[in-house]
Amino acid sequence: MNVVLVFLSAAIVNNLVLSYFLGICPFLGVSRRLDTAVNMGLATTFVMTLAAVITWLINNYILIPFDLPFLQNVTFIITIASLVQLVEMFIRKSSPPLYRSLGIYLPLITTNCAILGLTLFEALREYSLIESLFFGLGGGVGFTLALVLMAGMREELEFADVPKALQGAPMTLLIAGMLALAFMGFAGLLSV
Amino acid sequence: MAKRTITEEFKKGLWAENAVLRLLLGMCPALAVTNSAINGLVMGLASTFVVVCSSTMVSTIRRLVPRQVRIPTYIVIIAGFVTLADLFLKAQFPAISKALGPYVPLIVVNCMIMSRAEFFASKHPLKPSMADALGTGLGFTGVLVVLGSIREILGFGSIFDIVIMTEEAFTPWVIMILPPGAFLSLGLMIGIINHFTELRKKRSGI
Repeated sequence: MNVVLVFLSAAIVNNLVLSYFLGICPFLGVSRRLDTAVNMGLATTFVMTLAAVITWLINNYILIPFDLPFLQNVTFIITIASLVQLVEMFIRKSSPPLYRSLGIYLPLITTNCAILGLTLFEALREYSLIESLFFGLGGGVGFTLALVLMAGMREELEFADVPKALQGAPMTLLIAGMLALAFMGFAGLLSV
Repeated sequence: MAKRTITEEFKKGLWAENAVLRLLLGMCPALAVTNSAINGLVMGLASTFVVVCSSTMVSTIRRLVPRQVRIPTYIVIIAGFVTLADLFLKAQFPAISKALGPYVPLIVVNCMIMSRAEFFASKHPLKPSMADALGTGLGFTGVLVVLGSIREILGFGSIFDIVIMTEEAFTPWVIMILPPGAFLSLGLMIGIINHFTELRKKRSGI
């Protein structure tokens, strides 16, 4: 399978947020402002790409040779949790400005189901290492794209007159629905 | 915080503090697997199993776990039970397990379960924790079944695979079983519930 296809499929056509419903919590929680959305997206993309590669290595060199795929769940979540911790420590030491802008999002990423979901899909579809790398990157870019689009719309929404019952979460979900509708337009683009 | 009886702990998760409708937790599975009523039911029951087992376990060992490592401990406990549920579904209901796909393993990162472990089970004795988890789980199941039924009726014209509206009488709204339908129906559902809660508050206030 072509890596470009894998990348585009993960980023646009099969967008993790809008067509697989992964990472809805940060999608609803952090999409209130554009700049925080961008930062959250970048932090997630970074961890996602790393996680995709590392879980691929663990899955193919440890779990499969020893016939332990039933441990995938436990192993992947621990890998992601410790990876996030490592990244946090590394960024704090090496680049304090970056830490200030991304720091608070890192702990949130551990429970971002988009990352665990991505690693599980990757194991399920038996991607190669390079494909996994691009799948992780594409997933991250797709997540950032959805988050940024959403934040842009919600900033505009501040000035709109929303019925009282729909304020907050319901309106956000309705907008997400329309965004998902728009993204379905890409469905014919690739057949992956 | 006022002391609540075990029945109250159980009841609050069903409606007043419903995970999906009120606390907006566990949104991912609520949206992802509710394209039919049966999927919603199985997902809800699997999540209920996991939340009850992990809350029981967390509550039992709550004095043994050091505070600094509690989150990883809870994740490992939850992941263990999720694996159990996943293997059970694979063995007993292969078709449904296949339809749910990776969303069964993804119960691990369902924030509803984590929130029960962290905010409730880690601070309360065994019985209230179990009641609280059971209530939360059943409340979650209820929402999933209702949402799944709405989407299945509008999208396929059937409920639990029983046809109630034939194709001649009703053109299925395919969009309801596709991703946008999930967002739209859950958004409207929460909106309608907010509306009625508001009405009731007004009425009892005057």
